[in-house]
This record gives sequence, C-alpha cells and structure tokens, in this order.
Amino acid sequence: MLWKNGAFVDDPWRAIAEGEDPPPAGHVILPLDWWLQERDAFANSNAPIGLRVEPGVSIETFLQDLGRVSLIALSFPKFGDGRAFSTAALLRERHGFRGEIRAVGDVLLDQLQMMERCGFDSFEIKDPTVQRLLSERGAPAYSRFYQPGAGAEGQADGPRPWARKRI
Amino acid sequence: MDFGYQIFHSQPGSRLMRYAISANRLRDGLVVFFAPGETWVEQLADARLFDAEAEAESALERARADEKKNLIVEAFVFAVKAGAQGPVANHIRDAIRATGPTVRRDLGKQAAG
Amino acid sequence: MYRYDEFDAGFVKERVDAFRDQVARRLKGELTEEQFRPHRLMNGLYLQLHAYMLRVAVPYGTLDSRQMRKLAHIARVYDKGYGHFTTRQNIQYNWPTLADTPAILDELASVEMHAIQTSGNCIRNVTADHFAGAAADEIDDPRPYAEILRQWSSIHPEFSFLPRKFKIAVNGAARDRAAIQAHDIGLQIVRDAQGEIGFAVYVGGGMGRTPMIATKIRDFLPVADLLAYTQAIVRVYNLEGRRDNKYKARIKILVHEKGAEWMRAAVEAEFAAAPRVGIELPAEEVARIKAYFAPPDLAPRAHSLAFEARRRSDPAFAAFVASNIAAHRMDGYGIVTISLKPIGGAPGDASADQMDAVADIAERYALGEIRVSHEQNLVLPHVALEDAPAVFDALAACGLATANAGLITDIIACPGLDYCALATARSIPVAQRISQRFGDTARARDIGQLKIKISGCINACGHHHVGHIGILGLERKGVETYQITLGGSGDETCSMGALTGPGFSSEEVVDAIERIVDAYRMLRTDESEDFLTAYRRVGMQPFKEALYETSKGADI
Ligand code: SF4
Repeated sequence: MLWKNGAFVDDPWRAIAEGEDPPPAGHVILPLDWWLQERDAFANSNAPIGLRVEPGVSIETFLQDLGRVSLIALSFPKFGDGRAFSTAALLRERHGFRGEIRAVGDVLLDQLQMMERCGFDSFEIKDPTVQRLLSERGAPAYSRFYQPGAGAEGQADGPRPWARKRI
Repeated sequence: MDFGYQIFHSQPGSRLMRYAISANRLRDGLVVFFAPGETWVEQLADARLFDAEAEAESALERARADEKKNLIVEAFVFAVKAGAQGPVANHIRDAIRATGPTVRRDLGKQAAG
Repeated sequence: MYRYDEFDAGFVKERVDAFRDQVARRLKGELTEEQFRPHRLMNGLYLQLHAYMLRVAVPYGTLDSRQMRKLAHIARVYDKGYGHFTTRQNIQYNWPTLADTPAILDELASVEMHAIQTSGNCIRNVTADHFAGAAADEIDDPRPYAEILRQWSSIHPEFSFLPRKFKIAVNGAARDRAAIQAHDIGLQIVRDAQGEIGFAVYVGGGMGRTPMIATKIRDFLPVADLLAYTQAIVRVYNLEGRRDNKYKARIKILVHEKGAEWMRAAVEAEFAAAPRVGIELPAEEVARIKAYFAPPDLAPRAHSLAFEARRRSDPAFAAFVASNIAAHRMDGYGIVTISLKPIGGAPGDASADQMDAVADIAERYALGEIRVSHEQNLVLPHVALEDAPAVFDALAACGLATANAGLITDIIACPGLDYCALATARSIPVAQRISQRFGDTARARDIGQLKIKISGCINACGHHHVGHIGILGLERKGVETYQITLGGSGDETCSMGALTGPGFSSEEVVDAIERIVDAYRMLRTDESEDFLTAYRRVGMQPFKEALYETSKGADI
C-alpha cells in the first residue's frame, strides 16, 4: 500500500520487472540497470518513467536522467541500511530533483518522518501491522528538530539557526 | 574479598551433560528458564533438563512460541552439568547468567538463596 | 553549564512520549523484537546478560548537583542502588525493567537529561575533556562546540542509520584528555596565525577489532563551518562506509581502505558543494551558547596556610593532593578528581549514597559542578585549595577519597562478562585483583603514572589499546584468557599498544602485570621516567623477556 501526504492512496505507478515490456502509457518504475541499457528507446516518448535505485549506486550514474524521470524509488533492502537517506537528501538539496522520491522495501513506521525530512514523499508499506497502525493513527510526527530538513517545516522560534518546527 | 569463580567445563557429549533452555523475560529483562509444564521460572534449579541436545532443540521450538506471545526474548539451549547443589551451567557465560555478577554476590539469582 | 530552553525540553519530552508509546506497542505485540530493537537502542536501552541496561548520556561529561541527585534517585528507585560510570562519559544502570524505562526517561527529562543516541548506529554522546573550563592549559572550552554538535546530531534524519556507531570527541587544551585520535571524528581546538579559534579535524580513529589512530584531514576549520564540515564527513561515511561486515563498518576502515587522501578529497568536495543554510554557525549564536559555559566568577583565593599545614601534617592528604588535585587556571584553586577506583572495587561504580554525597560536596564547595571523566572518575572542577581539606574529609567519609588518580590502581575496566552480553571474559575481577596487588599507596606512587585499561572483549570499551598496559579478555576453549598490550596511549602522543605475546590465564595475569611493573622499575632511568616514556625508550623486548622467561603463557 502506498502512503503519501498522510493517507493511503491509489498508486498510479507500477513496478516492472527486468524483461517485461513497459506499457506505452508509462507510469512504470524500471530497475535502473534496465533503464540505463534501454533509455534510447524512450527518446521520443513522454510517458512518465520512474527508476528504482538500489543503495550503493551513485547518483552520477543517472544524473543526466533527472530531468526525464518523474519518480525515483530508493530501495531499503533492510531498514538499517540508511544510505538512501543521504541519496534522497542529495537528490533534493544538491540536484534539485522535483519529482517524487519513494521509499520501497523494509520501511519502519518510526522512520517515515525522518525519510520525509530527507526528501521522500511517498512510502510503499508492506508490513500489515504498519499498515494498520498508519490507518488507525497516522505516522508518528515530531514537531521539533535540531537540523534543517525537507518537508513541512519552518524555522523554529528562538535564536538557533539550525532549529526547525513542523508546520 | 573473594574473586574466585569456579569454571565448570567439560566436553559436550559427555555422559553427564544435560541441556536446558533460557531466555530473558520481555517485561523486566530478567533471565528465565523453561520449566516443566512449559512455563518459565527464575531459578535454574527449577528448570526442565533434557538428556539429549536434540530433545532440547525441539523443545526450543515450543519455547519460542512464547517469543511470538511477547513473553520472552532470545530463547536458546545451553549445556548443564549436575552439581552438588543442583544443575550448573557448563559454560561460564551461562553460569554467570544463572547466578549473577561474580563481583556482586548480593545481586542476581545468587542473592535469592 | 547549558540549560534547556522550551525548545530543548519540548524536544526531549516528545521523544520520551514516543518511546513510551513504542514500549507499549512492544508489550502489546504490535512491534516485534526486531522492529523494536532500533527504537530501544535509540533510547539507550540494551538487553544484557542479566537484565536490561539503560545507558544515560552525560553530555561532554558535565553535570550539576541536581542532576547527580536524580541519577542517585534513579539508582535507588528503579535499579539496585548503584550505577556504573563508563569510558564514554555515560552512566549505566544494570537492572531497569522495560516497563519502567519511560518513567526513568521522564525523571531524566525533569533535570534536562536523556538517553537519546547512547546506542545504535548513530552519532553518539559527544565527549570532551573532563577538565574543560577549568584546566590551566586550556585554549578554549570545548563544551559549547560539543553542545552544538549534540543538538545538531540529535535524531538527525539522515544519520540515524549509519553503517555503525559514530563517536565525536572535542578537546580544547594543549594536553589531549579526550583521546580525540581514537575517535571517528576528533576535534582539537587550535588558534590560527590571526589568533582565531578553529579546529584541527581528525578522522578515522578507533579501537575495537582493528585499532587505528585518526588521520588529520584539516589543519584549521573555522568555527562557523563546524556543522557543515561534520555533515560532509558523516555523509561521505553514510554513503561509502562498508555495510557488508559489521567489523569493517566503522569509518576508520573506510579511511584505511580508500586512503587518507581520498577521504580528505571526498569530504572537501562534499563540504564545498553542500548548502550552508541553517548549519553555518553565526558568531552571535556561538557566543550565546558559549555564555552558558562562561567561566564562573571565582574570587582569587590567597595561598592557603591551612592547606599547606594539612599537607605537611597528614600524609594521606598529601598523597591525595599529589595525585588527585590538578592545576586550575585560577590561582588558589584546584581541580579535584574523585576516584571511583577504591582498592579492590569495581571501576566506575558508585552507590546512590555516594552520588548524593558527591552532589552535596559539589554544592557546598565546588559551585555545584561535577564532571564525569572517560577514565571512569568524577571531577569537581572548581575547588578552592583552602577548602580542599574539608572536601577530602567529606569524600573520605563516603569512601571516595582514594588517592590514586593516574596511578596504577586507577584502572579502567569495562563491565565484561559479569554484565555484558557481548563479553568473552570478565574484566572487573581482574581489575580488582590488580588493584589489591598494588593497593599500597607508597608502592603505587613509586611506580608513578601508569594507565591500565581492561576490556572484556574485542570491542574495546575498556580502551585497552590505549592503555600503557592494556588487557584484553578472551575465551579459549571455554576458559578466560588475557592478552596484554604495552605502550598504548590516548593522549596527544596517541599510540596503540603492541601485543606482548601469548596470553595468560586468569590466575596468571596479575603476576604477569607485576613482572611488567618490576621490569619497568629496573629499566627506568630514574623515578621521573614514567612507564610510557621508559617503554618508548627501551621497546618491547625487555618486557617480553621479563614476562615469558619465567612462565609460559597459554597458547593464544
Ligand atoms: S569491551 Fe566487550 S565486554 Fe567490555 S563492555 Fe564492551 S562489549 Fe562488553
């Protein structure tokens, strides 16, 4: 199930496995390797494309595609593998990526806000308990932070330039 | 001051070796042992002992059901030997778990007796 | 010292409330142990050998009397009447229940303390020189910078799931009392040619399985860039650090495998590219935080006749002054080390009553300020020498006047197999036996400065690699065995100890230490040459001979 903007929503995107033909209308999430080999085939298409990126892959590999793709799905093979937090932060703050950044894989309830603060805006939730807790009470949301982040937040009151509060 | 600590150690498979199951209780973290009637007790003396390791391993499956019920965590099988005052864990780590810190004889399970 | 404002208090309260909720979910079974573990670790709660263990941060080792009383209260009400001060300027409680933990965290929050990030693969409690703000050799107080780092790193969204734990230490004096070169990031406060304050930045130090001395990657980092540069280092580490093997996951391995030049270039590139919004430190804001740590108004005190008279007439007091009182930047004052190493005691342990007594003594004689040192002692940073006799007597009344700071019986020992789930051997009993062997004050003073550090496993929480004599407890065929290293040092001349050779059994290890000490006393040029200096002059060989000629070590 897809969690976005504080609610479960229908997912217009479909993940495509290697070798499968993408529908011409797009809205498919392609494995990065697949895309890197076949991207010329999409030269004349405007179909919305998403990429699935595994941790450990440098953004440099698909830097030239950032203007073309509408979604980047960053994968968490294990919740403890935090590389995608930095990748998301770099996509937003360094490379100005404006499309959707989606967390896929092993995603914990209590990580959602941290992910949001790094620039993620949608979350694929597979764990049934997490699904239930999210529908019942939403994601845990703290209101005070000690560092600037992405998402719905602004400068906190007081003199500290690094303090932020949720809006 | 007594810093001595007797280390019991004999080869696995020895005729005297038996097996028990231990875990920590979720709520307070204290060391518990799997006992007759599939309950958990605080003293090794009250634990259920198995003659064969394989038997203990299969009981471990049942013990682990209590992990799913959120009663205990980290259940495992360990070897014990008969001692004068009842079973004694074979490995020093398990022995310290079953008694308490060797530097604080007033704390842990050893304090209860 | 730093005081929470409404924002800080609100931040901690939100986190405690969240943890209370997580604990409730765990007890109801809505979180599995695997899902719960990162949350409990994020709040300093471990599952140890006998029970849970709660590790509470004492940020950069600074406490006041009110906070110390609260630590005593927690020990009494929620634990078994004592706590253990660690080498990371934390205090550990060995027997809390899971169900009580949220209440304990509430108690801590009421005195502006917490357990956030004392565990887990995140930026841990930032440590600093325990003499900060008082030492005669201080360039600048490291604590304001440590406080800024503490805030910025708290629940950092990007850096809460690093490859491994990450430790930052800040030192502000000429002598390195914070062991910065043995940390993931070590910051040494320096002045540039214009007299501006900044930091020399060291990266990639650490102990554990593969001890490494940090590499300096920046000679001078302006204060304004402290957070931006730290962010660059941690980001490079988060993306590039190894995740395939937890023993190769610390930043030291990244620096070692890729090389210091690569690391420097990667950090500088990241630093140059990252936006500064919100993390550049404006001078006014640094000044505002520094004001919290402003040196107390100490009236100059005359040379005290009472102090001198007591020193002449009472050898016990004289010994205490010699080892436990260090030079203060103000005339007429001293820095008093309260040894938590009574002869034969467990290093770093303090009872609730002792904690209360220290709080009272600090309030009465030392402006209510207390420090926790990474050497597992407590410190009263501002004591008028005139009051030193009274302080000494008050400490003696609660068993805290052991005159051994820096001496052979001031042993660092991790909890080891008596408490720790990761241990391979016990460390406390070894420390106790060595302490008893050398318990005679005159003998210990004759031996002079000698740091013995003991770890109960390869993780090296007892810092054995930087002990002048290091002891590492291992297990061989179900039996405890102890390896000895010599020549380690955690100060500005940082070095990692070298292995003497085969290890020793628990029965043999104290004799082995005595043979090393006897060899040193034979080898030293005179009494002024301390152990480390002598070792560095003569090398390992004579000690090896002393150790292995008479006995054969266990085969290790
Ligand atoms: S060094 Fe090992 S035994 Fe000692 S506290 Fe650390 S993990 Fe435990």
